Amino acid sequence: MKKTINQKAWFMVLPVLILVAFSAVIPLMTVVNYSVQDTFGNNEFFWVGLEWFEEVLHSERIHDALGRQALFTIIILTIEIPLGIFVALHMPKRSGLWSSLCLVLVALPLLIPWNVVGTIWQIFGRVDIGLLGYMLDQMGIDYNYTQNSFAAWCTIIVMDVWHWTSLVVLLCYAGLKSIPDAYYQAAKIDQASRWAVFRYIELPKMKGVLLIAILLRFMDSFMIYTEPFVVTGGGPGNATTFLSIDLVKMAIGQFDLGPAAAFSLIYFLVILLVSWVFYTVMVHSDTKDMS
Amino acid sequence: MAKITLKNIAHRYAPNSDYALKPINHVWDDGAAYALLGPSGCGKTTLLNIISGLLTPSEGNVLFDDQNITDRNTAERNIAQVFQFPVVYDTMSVRDNLAFPLKNRGHDTAYINDRITEISRVIGVEDILFQKAQGLSADIKQKISLGRGLVREDVNAILFDEPLTVIDPHMKWQLRTELKALHKNLGHTMIYVTHDQTEALTFADKVVVMSMGEVVQIGTPKELFEIPAHTFVGYFIGSPGMNVLPTIIDGNKAMIGQHKIVLNRDYKGLKGKLELGIRPEFVTLTNNPQDLPVKINRVEDVGHYKIVRATLNGHDINIILKEETEISGDMNYVSFDKSHTNIYADDWLVTP
Amino acid sequence: MKINKSALVMSLYILFLMLPIYWLINMSLKTNQEILSTFSLWPNDLTFDNYLVIFTDASWYGGYLNSITYVVMNTIISVTVALPAAYAFSRYRFMGDKHLFFWLLTNRMAPPAVFALPFFQLYSSVGLFDTHIAVALAHTLFNVPLAVWILEGFMRGVPKEIDETAYIDGYGFFTFFRKIFMPLIASGIGVAAFFCFMFSWVELLLSRTLTSVDAKSIAATMTRTVSASGLDWGVLAAAGVLTIIPGALVIYFVRNHIAKGFALGRV
Repeated sequence: MKKTINQKAWFMVLPVLILVAFSAVIPLMTVVNYSVQDTFGNNEFFWVGLEWFEEVLHSERIHDALGRQALFTIIILTIEIPLGIFVALHMPKRSGLWSSLCLVLVALPLLIPWNVVGTIWQIFGRVDIGLLGYMLDQMGIDYNYTQNSFAAWCTIIVMDVWHWTSLVVLLCYAGLKSIPDAYYQAAKIDQASRWAVFRYIELPKMKGVLLIAILLRFMDSFMIYTEPFVVTGGGPGNATTFLSIDLVKMAIGQFDLGPAAAFSLIYFLVILLVSWVFYTVMVHSDTKDMS
Repeated sequence: MAKITLKNIAHRYAPNSDYALKPINHVWDDGAAYALLGPSGCGKTTLLNIISGLLTPSEGNVLFDDQNITDRNTAERNIAQVFQFPVVYDTMSVRDNLAFPLKNRGHDTAYINDRITEISRVIGVEDILFQKAQGLSADIKQKISLGRGLVREDVNAILFDEPLTVIDPHMKWQLRTELKALHKNLGHTMIYVTHDQTEALTFADKVVVMSMGEVVQIGTPKELFEIPAHTFVGYFIGSPGMNVLPTIIDGNKAMIGQHKIVLNRDYKGLKGKLELGIRPEFVTLTNNPQDLPVKINRVEDVGHYKIVRATLNGHDINIILKEETEISGDMNYVSFDKSHTNIYADDWLVTP
Repeated sequence: MKINKSALVMSLYILFLMLPIYWLINMSLKTNQEILSTFSLWPNDLTFDNYLVIFTDASWYGGYLNSITYVVMNTIISVTVALPAAYAFSRYRFMGDKHLFFWLLTNRMAPPAVFALPFFQLYSSVGLFDTHIAVALAHTLFNVPLAVWILEGFMRGVPKEIDETAYIDGYGFFTFFRKIFMPLIASGIGVAAFFCFMFSWVELLLSRTLTSVDAKSIAATMTRTVSASGLDWGVLAAAGVLTIIPGALVIYFVRNHIAKGFALGRV
């Protein structure tokens, strides 16, 4: 659609701007403010320049958290994206009772408050009262997510897969539904194999939604806080202390405002940078589709 | 290439529902070009899908060269189909698109190369063989999907499902001409589904006209024009369509209201709703009071001819006149060309 | 054959999704004593006491009321301000429009943890701490960009000729927007409201940081109960089950529109 140039359109955007300015810009300025100052309490601040940034960039604690965070995000992306595509390919295509049921049940985990997701898995994984923990224990597997780092990681990853794979499923399902029947019929006539149908018809048509799925899963997994906080509280030790958990510990637990603020800004920038790359790729592929 | 026989084919989408396709018996000759013509929802796509194997008919059999293939799937039937919207594999190059059906069937590289060279010449895409299919214009994409059918030498038939829907008007004409030429050169059996009479009449050797799940006439464009087997064919083909007037028949005379028309043969034992059909092209406007009186409502000049809209005995009637014909004020009568006047009983043509 | 395979895959996946939820429901119907002493796949001693506790104790059911209040407030605010903005983005070009759009989206990428402390200070300083509106406003941080994004997608699908015809017919902008345009994008508004509802409903960190007593959310109530009494598993499970219900209801009602919203690739 050709858009007309109209500078008055700014007035329509104004309410959003004011609101977002209040809920994003002012807090962000506070963060910037803290990140370059130090305090001894009593609201007395003095300028320290980029000292906090240097400290954060060289902090081993934060390096470790970042490493854990990156590893976590990579693992859940490599599980959730293929699994989501796989399940989406098996979603019922014809609408009916079964398809509605699948849709509602698949979407259900997405609508559960994140702390409840944590609670569910906290209970589910316990050796004494949880189905999963009890079963594993009966099978003779030493499983205890509060003491064993590996078990804690497994629990959190399975929980995230449980919680978020459905988002990928629904996105891919929508992409698949937009493929006209003629494509499948043509593929039949061309004697294309199942794999070829996936590779040359389904995957190209899902490309757009898949990019969004990857982007969303990247962003949200990189910001994960509530679920591991409820299940493991970041432990055992620091085993599941991801960036957000570490940040909250630093800011609210220890009240290290300066480093926490510097940390926040770097954290935000990392997400922005990666998301920007995704966004550019998406817009790029969008304009190519148009031509 | 093959002769295709439809034996008592009929289809209902659900048991006990109405026929989506009423029983039909027909042989599609090997190497002929057919058009399936009818308005949307007349069952033409259902019939096409039955031939291509995307749909199994609930009754009857489909034979390719006397071999019953009713239960075989699309791939085994060895047919090609061009769809309403261009179907190409976007991520592949044009060349890979053309090679795809052959590769899937396990042909060797030398053979594939030969076929691609030939077909890309035939459909005129030699210059863009290595371009990605994504981003090509709709008409080229449509040619590529046709090419994917043509690369297989042994295709039994090529089916077209309204292939020109998304093509620009000026390209439509060109593509249609190319298709016609292709048919002449390669001699495939072609079945072309459309709701556009011009497309059907220019493309096909024989046109199959369908209405409400039923085949109402199969014939050459000339036959459809001169002796429509059903009043629907009369209405649907021609612009404007055939004039259909209620009548009473007595031997070789037809009465329209109080006026008598002499027919060129005797009719006996007619039952049901009787109508007289005459194409506007075969109606002449005269000033002879012996003829049927009409009231002229208006005259439309559409370029190379004129359409006279008139009323005869309370019914609308259209008359087509050559452009240079002058209409004088006393020309308030019409005469019908006897040899092109048809009589219909309950919408079906009365044949001798 | 093929249908059976699909059904099998779907059944297994749904089983995987439902098992933990079943377990939660199972526990919510047991007494604490049964939970801790015996391991059983279904309640031997069926009890609704846990639910009774929640419905009679103000600190529990108050949590639900608080949550619903700020979620609804947030949804209304987000969609209301997003509507004109989305219209502007979908119809007009203006200075800095693309940058503005991307900048809005970046707010969706901001980790709530980054904002927790500044929000706390900001809302405390303007006297909004521990109010519903504070949480509702805080959640606009990620919901407004989302709503703008979703609505813009739907609006782009409405041909511009409709606007022009309406103006020619003598409609003013506001009448046009309310009477003609909004009904056309009704499912878009539905989808946007759904996602605002969802993200506000599931969020914990900000809602917990910005409330203490009066506007305490159910999520916060649950986490605090765990740390305080710790062992009242039955009530905790029942509270969890009750938080799933609004979501389940909402999905059920919008299930047909959701597919459409997802189809636009806008979530």
